[in-house]
Amino acid sequence: MNRKVYRKLIFELSREGRHGHDIPRSGITPDDLGGVSVAPLPGDMMRADTLRLPEVDEPTAVRHYTNMSTNNFGVDTGFYPLGSCTMKYNPKINEEMAAHRCFAGVHPATPVSAAQGALQLYWTLQSALCKIGGMEEFTLNPFAGAQGELTGLMVIRAYHASRGEGDKRRKVIVPDSAHGTNPASAAVCGLEVVEVKSRPDGTVDVNDLAPLLDDTVAAMMMTNPNTLGIFEKDIPRIARMVHDVGALMYYDGANLNPLLGVARPGDMGFDVMHINLHKTFSTPHGGGGPGSGPVGVRKGLEKFLPNPRVIRHLETHQGFPVKEEKRYGIVYDPAALGSVSATLGNFAVQARALAYILTLGSDGLMEAGKLATLNATYIKESLKDCYLLPIDGLSKHEFVFDGLRDKSTGVTTLDVAKRLLDHGYHAPTIYFPLLFHESLMIEPTETESRETLDEFIDVMRDIAREAFEDPETVKTAPHLTPVRRPDDTQAALTPILTYDQLITTN
Amino acid sequence: MHRYFPHTPADITEMLSRCGVASLDDLYADVDPALRLSQPYDLPQGMDETSVKRFFDRLASKNVETDVCFAGGGFYDHGCPAAVRSIAARSEFLTAYTPYQPEISQGTLQYIFEYQTMMARLTGMEISNASIYDGATATAEAVMMAVASQRKRNLVLVSETLSPAVRAVVDTYARYHGIEIMTIPAEDGVTSRQALTDLLGQRGKEVAGVLVASPNYYGIIEDHTGLSDLCHNHKALLIINCIAADLATLATPGQLGADIACGDAQSLGIPLSYGGPYLGFLCTTKALMRKMPGRIVGATTDTEGQRCFVLTLQAREQHIRREKATSNICSNQGLMTLWVSVYMSLVGAEGLRRINDASRMTALYLLKQMTADGRARLRYPDKPFLNEFLLETDYNVGPFISAALREGILAGIKIDDHTILMAATEMQTREDVDRLAAIAKTCV
Repeated sequence: MNRKVYRKLIFELSREGRHGHDIPRSGITPDDLGGVSVAPLPGDMMRADTLRLPEVDEPTAVRHYTNMSTNNFGVDTGFYPLGSCTMKYNPKINEEMAAHRCFAGVHPATPVSAAQGALQLYWTLQSALCKIGGMEEFTLNPFAGAQGELTGLMVIRAYHASRGEGDKRRKVIVPDSAHGTNPASAAVCGLEVVEVKSRPDGTVDVNDLAPLLDDTVAAMMMTNPNTLGIFEKDIPRIARMVHDVGALMYYDGANLNPLLGVARPGDMGFDVMHINLHKTFSTPHGGGGPGSGPVGVRKGLEKFLPNPRVIRHLETHQGFPVKEEKRYGIVYDPAALGSVSATLGNFAVQARALAYILTLGSDGLMEAGKLATLNATYIKESLKDCYLLPIDGLSKHEFVFDGLRDKSTGVTTLDVAKRLLDHGYHAPTIYFPLLFHESLMIEPTETESRETLDEFIDVMRDIAREAFEDPETVKTAPHLTPVRRPDDTQAALTPILTYDQLITTN
Repeated sequence: MHRYFPHTPADITEMLSRCGVASLDDLYADVDPALRLSQPYDLPQGMDETSVKRFFDRLASKNVETDVCFAGGGFYDHGCPAAVRSIAARSEFLTAYTPYQPEISQGTLQYIFEYQTMMARLTGMEISNASIYDGATATAEAVMMAVASQRKRNLVLVSETLSPAVRAVVDTYARYHGIEIMTIPAEDGVTSRQALTDLLGQRGKEVAGVLVASPNYYGIIEDHTGLSDLCHNHKALLIINCIAADLATLATPGQLGADIACGDAQSLGIPLSYGGPYLGFLCTTKALMRKMPGRIVGATTDTEGQRCFVLTLQAREQHIRREKATSNICSNQGLMTLWVSVYMSLVGAEGLRRINDASRMTALYLLKQMTADGRARLRYPDKPFLNEFLLETDYNVGPFISAALREGILAGIKIDDHTILMAATEMQTREDVDRLAAIAKTCV
C-alpha cells in the first residue's frame, strides 16, 4: 500500500469532451418510428439544469481508481486483527462463481421455471446454513447483519402477534456488552430495550436477568460467545428461563465463527438467529458492503419468515413426478412478517458463501472454529504480560485487553492502534465493548499463519515497550501511513460532504 | 488441514503448548458436552476448485439462458464497461473493512466522497449518504427519516403508483416501527392530486411525509410540479422515489422541491444478478443532514494539514447512540458505490443522456412493433414515459412470456393475464424487438 497518499479526486481529472464509454448500436433509427403515437415528454418534466459528471477517458479513469486503491488496506494486504469483524481470507474462487455469466444477467422477475438453477443455489445455501445453525429454515433475503437482526425481531413480533400477544410483549432484553446494533435494531422494530448486566467474568448475570423476565418480554438477544469472546456457559438455563415466560431467544450470529465444528445455536435453545455471510462464510467486506444477513428459525416459526420465500417441491406430487422446471418455487405467505427486500437478497453474495461452504465441506468446516480459537488464544497468552487482560480464562475466537498494563506514560488504546498501522497491520477494534475504558479487541481468524501471528505479537510487544521508553512516538502515531490522524471534530462541525461543498469552502 | 488454513500439525502442537492446553478440544472445555456436536455436519466433503466450478456450471445450466431482457420494474438490463468490474475486483477495495481507520482507508473514503458528490448532482439534492442496501430499503429508511424529523407526526401518505415490491418493504418497516401509512389513490395511472389534497385537508397535521414515484411502477413520468408546495403548506416532507439513471434526462427531485430523494441505483450499470447486490441511494437537504440514516463521508485535514476524508456525523449512528440512533444500519453498499462511481465517471453525463435516448428509441420501436397488428395497446396512452410502458394484450400474457423464454428473450413482467410491463435499454437491438414481435403474433 502507498506511503504517500494518492490525493486526486475524479472531478479534478475531468476535461471537457472526453468520454470513456461507447453506446451499442441498436440498428433503430428515428425513421423506424413512423406511426408510433405517444404522449410527448413535456418540458417541465425534463431535467432543467445541466448534469455535471466527470468527463474522462478510460485509461485516465482506470489509472485514477487503481492509484486510489493503493491508499487502502485490505485482507489481501495484511493482517486484520479486527475484533468482532471476522476478517478472514476471501477466497478467489468465490469471486469467480459470483460473477458466473449465467447468473449475472438473470433479472429478478424471471419466471421461476427459467430460474431453477438460481433458486436451487438459494435453496442449497439455506439448507446448508440450517445444518450449521441447527435451524429449520433460513431466509437469505436480508442484506446485512443489521437487517438480519431487524428481520429476526420482526419474526419474533409476528409470532407473538399470532398468539394474540403482539401488543403486550414489547420488551427485548439485551446484555450490556452487546453490539450497538442490537438495541438499535430493537428500536427500529418498535421494541423497548432492557439491559441486563454482565458478571465480573463477562457473562450474563442470571440473577440480574431473573427479575427482568415476565410476560411483557418478547425476546432476549444474545451472541455466544459474547463480545468478550467468552462462551456463555449458562445458556441452556437462560434459554429455559426465557422460554418459561413465553419469550423467544435470538442469536446474533456475529460470533458464530468459533462455533463452526463445535456447537449449534439451535441446540443451545435459540429460536431465531442471523448469520453474517461476510464474517463466518468468507464473503468480502467490500469497504462496508454488500453483506448478507440470512435469518434462521426453529421449526414452527418458518411461516413468519419474510416474503418472497423459496420453497422446494417434492420429487413427486400425488404419485406423479414433478417436472424439473417446477422443482423450486417462490411463495408469498400471508402469515409472513411482510417483506424486507424487493428481491431474494444479495444473490451474488449468497453465491460466494455457497462456494465457500462447498470448498470447505463438512471436513473443513469442522476444523475452522477451533483453529480460530487457537489463533486468538495464542495471541492472548503471548501478550497478557504487556497488556491488561481483565478476564483471564478460556476465551474463543476473540478477546479483549483493557489497554496497556503500564499506563503510566498516558499512552492510550487509540495510540497503540494507530502505532500498529505504521507496522503494516490494521488496528484491532477499540473502545468496544463498553465494559472497559481502554478496550482493545483482537480477533485473528483461522486463516492466519503462525508466522503472521508471531510477527504481530512481536510488534505488539515492541509497542508496549515503546509506550514506556518513547511515549511521544506512540501518541503521535501513525507516522508512515498515507495520511496522518484526521481532524474528526472539524469534519463533524463543518460537514463537507460533496466536492461542490469542498471547492466552495476552500 | 484445508488449504485456507496454514497451520501444520507441528504448529498446532507448539501453539497449544503456549496456550497451556493439551488439545484443540480443551479450548472448549467450558462448553457443556451436551451442547457439543456429536457428529460432523451432514454436508458433503470439501471440493477442489474444479468440482466447485462444475457444481456452479450444473446449477447455471438449469436456468433458461436469456440474452435479451425487456423486463424492468425497477431493475434494468443496462450495459457496463469492462473497466468497472476490473476496478471493483481490486482486492484493496474488495477485501477492506468499513473505513474506521482513515489513515489506511483513504481509497474507500475517496470513492464514497466521489459517489456522494455524483449522487447529489444526479438527484439535484444538496447531500447524499454513503448508500443503503437497495432501493426498497432506502425508501423505507426515507419514510422513517421523515417521521423522525417531524415532531408528533406519524402518518406517511404513499402513492398507489409506487412499485408494489418497494411498497411491501415500506409497509413492513412502517408496521413494526409504528408508522401509519395511507395510500394516495391513482387516477389514470398517476397519483391523484385531488385525492392527495383531500387527504392533506383531512389529516394534514398528522402527515410527516408524502411518498411518490417518478417514473412510477408503470413507467409513467408523473407531473409532480407544485407538489412540494402542497406538501410544505402542510409541513409535510416530500419524498420522491426515482430511478437513478433516468435523472440525467428527467426532472430531478431537487428541481421538484423534494426533501428526500431515494431509490435504486442498479440502473447505473449494476448487473441484474437475480436481485442483488444493488444499491439504494438516499439524498436530502442540508437542513435534514443530521436526521439522515446510514454512513456519511466528509472532507477534513490531517495533523499535517493535508486534505483527507473520514466517516463523519457518527453521533447519529448505532455504535454511539444505540437504541436512539437514526437507524440500525451500520454498513453501506461499499463496493457498489465504487461500481456506480466508476460507471458514472466513464459514461459521463452526456453518455447517460445518450443511453436514455437510445433506451427510449428502442422502447418506442418496441411499442410500435408490439402494437402493429392491433392486438395490443398502451394501457395509459396519454401519459409520457421514458423507456418503460404497460401494454394491454388481447392474447394471454403467460404463454407469450413462455414462448419468448424458449427463444432466449425475457419479454417483460406479467401484471395480469392481459397486461405486461415492458422496458427497453440501449442493450436490445432492432432484431431483438422484431423477434419478440414475431413471437407475439403467434400468441392467441
